[in-house]
Amino acid sequence: MTDRILTVRMEAHPEDSHTLATYEATGGYQALRKALTSMTPDDVKAEVKASNIRGRGGAGFPTGVKWGFLPDDLRPRYLVVNGDESEPGTFKDRILLERDPHQLVEGIIISSYGLDVHHAFVYIRGEYPKPARRVQHAIDEAYAAGYLGSDILGSGFSLDITVHLGGGAYICGEETALLNSLEGRRGEPRIKPPFPAVAGLYAKPTIVNNVETISNVPWIVANGGSAYAAIGPERSAGTRMFSLSGHVNRPGDYEIVMGMTWRDLIYGIGGGIPGDRALKTWIPGGASAPWFVPDEHLDTPVTIDDVGANGSMLGSGAVIVMDETTDVVAAAHRIVKFFAHESCGQCTPCREGTTWLERVLWRILNGAGRPSDLDLLLDICDNISPGLRWPPAMTTICPLGPSAVSPITSIMRHFRDEVEAKIRTSEGASVG
Amino acid sequence: MADPSEKVTITLDGRQVEVPAGELLIKAAEEAGTYIPHFCWHPRMKPVGMCRMCLVEVETPRGKMLTTSCTMPVADGMVVETESAVVKKAHEGVLEFLLINHPLDCPVCDKGGECPLQDQTLGYGPGESRFVEEKRHHEKPISISDLVYLDRERCILCARCTRFSEEISGDPLIEFVERGNHVEVNTFPDEPFASYFSGNTVQICPVGALTAKPYRFRARPWDLEAVESVSLVDSVHSKVSVESSQNEIVRISGVDNDPTNQGWLSDKDRFIYEHVHSSERLTTPLVRDRDGFREASWGEAIGLVAERLGATPGAAVAGIGGARATNEDAYAFSKFMRSIVVTPHVDAQLDDGLDPEFAAAVHPRARIDDLEQAATILLWGPDLKEEFPVLYLRVRRAAAHLGATLVVVHPRITGLDPVATHTVRYRPGEGPAILKKLAAGEGDLADVRAALGQGPVVALVGRPGLGEDPRLAEAVAAFARDLPDATIMPLVRRGNVFGALDMGLAPTLLPGRVSITDTAARNALEDEWGALPDGVGSATTGILSGLVSGEQEALVLFGADPVRDHPNPTLARSGLEAAEFVVAFDLFLTDSSRLADVVLPVAAFGETAGTVTNLEGRVQKVNQIVPPPGRSRAAWSILDDIATAMGGSLGATSAERLNKEIARVAPVYRGVTWDMLDWGEGREGIVVPLPGVDQPLRHIPVDTGVATVTERPAVHTARVLYDDGAMLRHCPGLAGLAPPAAIHMHPRDAAVLAVRDGDRVVVSADASVELPVVIDTGLAEGVVYIPFNLVETAPLGAPRSIRIDAVREDAS
Repeated sequence: MTDRILTVRMEAHPEDSHTLATYEATGGYQALRKALTSMTPDDVKAEVKASNIRGRGGAGFPTGVKWGFLPDDLRPRYLVVNGDESEPGTFKDRILLERDPHQLVEGIIISSYGLDVHHAFVYIRGEYPKPARRVQHAIDEAYAAGYLGSDILGSGFSLDITVHLGGGAYICGEETALLNSLEGRRGEPRIKPPFPAVAGLYAKPTIVNNVETISNVPWIVANGGSAYAAIGPERSAGTRMFSLSGHVNRPGDYEIVMGMTWRDLIYGIGGGIPGDRALKTWIPGGASAPWFVPDEHLDTPVTIDDVGANGSMLGSGAVIVMDETTDVVAAAHRIVKFFAHESCGQCTPCREGTTWLERVLWRILNGAGRPSDLDLLLDICDNISPGLRWPPAMTTICPLGPSAVSPITSIMRHFRDEVEAKIRTSEGASVG
Repeated sequence: MADPSEKVTITLDGRQVEVPAGELLIKAAEEAGTYIPHFCWHPRMKPVGMCRMCLVEVETPRGKMLTTSCTMPVADGMVVETESAVVKKAHEGVLEFLLINHPLDCPVCDKGGECPLQDQTLGYGPGESRFVEEKRHHEKPISISDLVYLDRERCILCARCTRFSEEISGDPLIEFVERGNHVEVNTFPDEPFASYFSGNTVQICPVGALTAKPYRFRARPWDLEAVESVSLVDSVHSKVSVESSQNEIVRISGVDNDPTNQGWLSDKDRFIYEHVHSSERLTTPLVRDRDGFREASWGEAIGLVAERLGATPGAAVAGIGGARATNEDAYAFSKFMRSIVVTPHVDAQLDDGLDPEFAAAVHPRARIDDLEQAATILLWGPDLKEEFPVLYLRVRRAAAHLGATLVVVHPRITGLDPVATHTVRYRPGEGPAILKKLAAGEGDLADVRAALGQGPVVALVGRPGLGEDPRLAEAVAAFARDLPDATIMPLVRRGNVFGALDMGLAPTLLPGRVSITDTAARNALEDEWGALPDGVGSATTGILSGLVSGEQEALVLFGADPVRDHPNPTLARSGLEAAEFVVAFDLFLTDSSRLADVVLPVAAFGETAGTVTNLEGRVQKVNQIVPPPGRSRAAWSILDDIATAMGGSLGATSAERLNKEIARVAPVYRGVTWDMLDWGEGREGIVVPLPGVDQPLRHIPVDTGVATVTERPAVHTARVLYDDGAMLRHCPGLAGLAPPAAIHMHPRDAAVLAVRDGDRVVVSADASVELPVVIDTGLAEGVVYIPFNLVETAPLGAPRSIRIDAVREDAS
């Protein structure tokens, strides 16, 4: 059975997998030809729905269901591909953009055909100049070859793709902030509803999908949705890109079939911990996700639902491994500092709360912690994410604020003694 | 938008309540008696859900969810908790977050005592702070415009001010800068918050972050006396609260009157009160002798006026003014001139307005609120942003947010052009030709004509510039009248001009929208007033010419300054100089009252009570909050004394008694009493006539055939919001805001004259002035624009044609 879809070409043709020549020579644009010549738009949507693919951006929402939310009667519609890959520890879209851009472009064209979209956008983070150049070049090649523009392959279907570079804000990876940014406004999340499928870009019905999600579409259309659904566990169908980083011997991007255990992923694929040190904790799905610990989670399966049932998320597929030498308070502080820095500042609890959390953690780290700080930290967290449950409730507009809560609840739950130890040794000191 | 009459049932804290379908939860709850705290939500702006203070719990299929009630429309069966433990904790949490970086400098903050942050902290906040770190610091306060200070430390980033500027006033000069904990409101570099509406942001700021320079540190809210009134800056009559401390007006705030201003004011409405307490106010009667003015007693001044007016044949006396007075003052003046002096020559307009019958009695007449339902709005008249700023906001709202098609016809770019669907520019004088082309839908106006076919149509018509023939506006109205479901709003600007016309201060009108040719109505009035003068009187231009020719001998200026406000200042000055006797009722010595023989000091805004009538015929009450300074008095009481001294009687013992007389004598005012306006169904004002009351005069607009005049260059002279008017001149906060005087030229016209931007030219008509050139691409070619009544442009007035000579530097 197929165990890799997205990275086959870049593996086989490390030098020129991004070129049209290589792409076409390895079966590229055949799925598009198939879709345009022998399938109706509804057929395309049916295959994507049948594939059971769930969004690869983080939330894991079924793509076919999302596509079904578009109102029938409103035009124009837009497709926006989210390439603002900014979650700390995530770098999987980067290689898809950089090393197989035609796969994405073909996915966009087929998806647009299915969705009756005639203008698609690719929003790429500003720190990805090379991936953006590669995508733009692929689009230029596709136009020249007749895969883009008007009357594609004589089918009567027309599509334009615009590439847009972000300005360096994490929040623009949130789909509605991304749409604001694309419209030239401040990158601030919108209140939902309305959801983008109803009122998105320029207030028109819009589908926002992750780079990886759309990159799978050519394979799904070429091989059939049911073939895709047959890969891996039922509710985590298909292959999945993982960005493995931190204290592992073989960090990097891996495309795997879901369902293996975390032990398989960290010790098998990742090659274990350098120096055979002990595994202390890991983040299973990007900096926003609550942390896992070996005692409880090492032998649980790597699927969207199992990770969710264990109180975290598979998110963007960023696995950050921390060994026994890690100062978890410093690690949590660093992540909270990231979120405080990236808060858009629009809503009160996130703007004020994330910075406050960061400053309390900084005090604890720097010898000025107070015994009351433990309760204070948790209560600030509770005022951002009431009940501290998973998936999080929020007093905020978007999940960025609750994301800053995850590392704190994680260390308080699993490593409270280490936090308390820092406060004990700092009694009497005053910093800040 | 859901049908407002449709109701749904929701469960609010365990209580079943019926609320309008589709209403936002926060509003529906408040109408049902449950107040939900909030900062960023404002009923006149789109919700944004940013401050998070209005969180409530709503039951969903996935359990109870915290959601912002300002962004959530009600739905049938919705179950809402506003006081659950989770909600209370959320409120405390949000308030603690808002307070950690707030300076808590309430004792020195203007907002202290009327501050939503204080109030809500008391009601919903935690008792103490757990924040031990250093607070956020900014330079405080910074000046962001001539009128507004911004204290970023106090700001809670609710974005009310920035949203107002973008959404309501359309001049987004303030914005959020930076992100996260560093977000602040600020202006763009080197661009001040120079908005005509900046004061609204001060008023809606829920903390003391934005403060108004004229009010800063002047009073504490709990020491303020307040009274409701309406602004008389223009004829829109925005509802205001006039607030005083120690017998001095220190602040004016907007009051939300749904049919008129919806809470908003222009900065001119808001800060014009400064003139009331100017040290230049006249506080005693002045009588001219050989050496100029000297102070006089009321007895002497009134005796002198009575003697001189009494000695002059009635028809040789004329009266100009009344448009700045209350209806009661205007009525007293009308009655005084017509029945005591016995002259037909009265005019509240200065030939800068419209035909009085058309202005007072046009049919069908539009209300401001008609703009809410209008499919199409035709504006052929003044630049509303400059002359009717609050009406500008209403039209902008209709065009930008309610989907109305807006057509603007004007010689120059206007404030509404950015939201207009069609703009037509033309050369003043060529309006009749443009109108003909528009009516026929010819050439490039075919689209515009088609747009006007969608009703209901509201046509706002007036004089785009002071040099333009007033009959053009009526011709436009005659065209607009036949558009689908059309209503017409005549645009005349000055304070209470519509009230003055309704009181008969026009050559062709008697009180209550009665034509002087209406014999029956005339006879009825004679029963009250005694014999009326025969014949039709002269309008202001005729009066001034009459003074020059000697046909007129004496003049009563009733709060009018023709030397500054008449389109022909040279004629105005000559007329006043030629007059045998001039008495002026005024607040200040103006260019006109300086030429008088007797000057009588009158009460100003906030110093008298009375009624006023706006451009849609809405009658509202203005109220007194401070005493008139020195020996100045209400104008009606001065007139009553003069009448008595002349051997007659006005019967004016109080303003309220005059009001009762108006309700009896002026047909369309029948039944409108002060009690109704103060306490009853008239809180929003009452559009006269009341239902069931007849309006004797209904003026159907007719095109009287204005000829097209082609001049090169065509001169467009128009008022700007901040000019050198008598009141503005005495407002320290506003006086500096007048734009620099200049002559604006289209680039191609400037090229023909070989002048560049900034070059100086001599502009000559009856008078000559030297002005700098501004190159203005917002003009039609062949048109020059000169702002009216700035210090430097005032001598020109509004000439039909001018000569332009470049001043050559190398001439010497």
